[in-house]
Amino acid sequence: MNALVVAGVLLVILGISYQTGWSRSRNLVTTNGVTVHSRPQYHGTFTALWAMLPALAVVLLWAWFGGDITRNYTVSLIPTDTVMSLDQMGLNNAINRINSLASGYGVTGELAPYEQAAGDALRSFNFITFAGSLILAIVAGGAGLLYARSQITARLRARNQVERAVNILLLACSAVAILTTVGIVASLVTEAFKFFTFINPIDFFFGTVWAPNNAGGTNHGQYGLLPLLSGTLMITAIAMLVAVPVGLMAAIYLSQYAPKSLRAVAKPLIEILAGIPTIVFGFFALVTVGPFLRDVGNAIGLQVSATSALTAGVVMGIMIIPFVSSLSDDILNQVPRTLRDGAYGLGATQSETIRNVLLPAALPGIVGAFLLAVSRAIGETMIVVLAAGNAPILRGNPLEPVSTITVSIVNQLTGDTDFTGPQSLVGFALGLTLFVVTLCLNIFALYIVRRFREQYE
Amino acid sequence: MDMLAGKVKKTSQNLDSAMNPTDVLDRPIRLTARDVTVHYGAKQALHGISIDIPDRAVTAFIGPSGCGKSTFLRCINRMNDTIEGAKVGGTIKLDGEDIYAQDLDVVELRARIGMVFQKPNPFPKSIYDNVAYGPRIHGLARNKTDLDEIVVSSLRKAGLFEEVKDRLAEPGTGLSGGQQQRLCIARAIAVGPEVILMDEPCSALDPIATAVIEELIDELRENYTIVIVTHSMQQAARVSQRTAFFHLGNLIEQGQTEDIFTNPVNKQTQDYIMGRIG
Repeated sequence: MNALVVAGVLLVILGISYQTGWSRSRNLVTTNGVTVHSRPQYHGTFTALWAMLPALAVVLLWAWFGGDITRNYTVSLIPTDTVMSLDQMGLNNAINRINSLASGYGVTGELAPYEQAAGDALRSFNFITFAGSLILAIVAGGAGLLYARSQITARLRARNQVERAVNILLLACSAVAILTTVGIVASLVTEAFKFFTFINPIDFFFGTVWAPNNAGGTNHGQYGLLPLLSGTLMITAIAMLVAVPVGLMAAIYLSQYAPKSLRAVAKPLIEILAGIPTIVFGFFALVTVGPFLRDVGNAIGLQVSATSALTAGVVMGIMIIPFVSSLSDDILNQVPRTLRDGAYGLGATQSETIRNVLLPAALPGIVGAFLLAVSRAIGETMIVVLAAGNAPILRGNPLEPVSTITVSIVNQLTGDTDFTGPQSLVGFALGLTLFVVTLCLNIFALYIVRRFREQYE
Repeated sequence: MDMLAGKVKKTSQNLDSAMNPTDVLDRPIRLTARDVTVHYGAKQALHGISIDIPDRAVTAFIGPSGCGKSTFLRCINRMNDTIEGAKVGGTIKLDGEDIYAQDLDVVELRARIGMVFQKPNPFPKSIYDNVAYGPRIHGLARNKTDLDEIVVSSLRKAGLFEEVKDRLAEPGTGLSGGQQQRLCIARAIAVGPEVILMDEPCSALDPIATAVIEELIDELRENYTIVIVTHSMQQAARVSQRTAFFHLGNLIEQGQTEDIFTNPVNKQTQDYIMGRIG
């Protein structure tokens, strides 16, 4: 409710200030007949910016600091000796009770003598501070509006200033994306370092046994990365073996052979595959593909587990097909028609044209698509949780159960975790490893794409 | 206008001195087209085109943009097959053989009728591989020496060899526009075609590169039947012996280049030559 009121007030300020700037600018033109530097829209936006930013600043400041101020006030409403007698949790509880009383929800249990009075006081405090900050926002907005209005003259370069504001806005948005990434990496790194105070990095990166002792105590168990890494790579390789040929050929068919009407239906259908939640794929792997592969294996005399690297890899490959085919299809369609015509004009058949001209020209893009798909496969979790068998053992046979980095992160971080021992902190070390691997792949993909592009253009 | 007339005059004089003065139609006819129509979906792009194209001469198709001259050119080697919804009617015969016959092999046809496109379109391969591409897919060379020979002689015929002989392994896309277009001509020649179709081969080139290509076309005429689409009347006058004027999907007038430019019979042709259409 309060948020709605604030948003409404801000919108009103926005509308009024834009209108003010706009009409002032119009007046400049009609009364003086002078050449005005900027169009009225820019003066309107200029005024709106000047009015909105101070108002928004007041609102944001209250949003940031208001909580603490209110909390301190609430604590001051509780008798001092009561505060002294309570521990942290008890104090929080007392504050929550007063909050509930203030907002009129009521509380369970008997009321302490001070509580009703404190609730009433808090309610009026909340109202006053809310109304106060709102009025302050309106005043700040009004001041900004008046200032901007006084600035509007024929020579004011409102257009340039608005452009600069847009520029800053866009910069801020991209900064959010970048800073988030930086923040995630930083927290991964610091937590991973905490993990390495328990476990020697050499034992982690080169250990061949994965046996964390989740019971706690002084014996932490063994945290060898290699079984998980090998499982991850094996499943990824199987997935790519499935996805790359099928996806690429589907893309070639769709972009070069399929009649328009079929393409119009088939392309969205394939892309729907990409929209299926991975847990559904995992379920499908566990219930259908795994038993099927086991039966096929038995029929030809091979010992195949129902949950194995093969099952997870095959299903993950199916999941990635639309990724590969859709990207490759777009890339193949971007190859200029003149190149195809050139090959046809020499008497090349359709498949010769595709093999010798189209694919080489599209190669950098296709490689990029493959590596994106690999990153996706390495980070995939749900399918492997269900279908890979969760056996963190170092082995090379894809017909047996394995485990992956992602699965182990899930195992270590689900349930009770307090992030004090290596049992849970290892999640960060694993996450960091995963991040570095996919980062390297992405950099490699960019490098490949750049290199080939230079050659062809 | 005077300037154009002067140029045309001069060119025709050149032609007169350079060529047999009799009509090149006296030569054997390689290609005959009768009542060729093309539909793109519901839209008719060509209305009954009939024309004879003589051996070892340059035939130019001129006309304003969208008049169907490129469309007709693309019928001759069946490039319209690659465009979805294009339907070709009528008959086109190469040496008396219907190129739209059921059992005709398009791949073989396109090896006999080469094509050079509006925009230079070298493959993203080395200069050598660009020229060697056609001979390779058609199995024209028995060994590496054969192939080398074809590549070198094709580059020579296209007048490009001297400029690129030291960098045959470099990408063809690294050449200048005019060189790229000559590379594409070399690529077409390498297959050993009898007819070469050129679809506005100079429209993306500067005047100097254009002059080089035009000179090349004049040389190639000795060995190949050439059909060139151009929107430059001066170019048609300079390089061709016969000219056909297209307008709105119709073939309005055809004849010796000299006649078309100095003495057009049809009013529309006159208007176009005078710069009043297009």
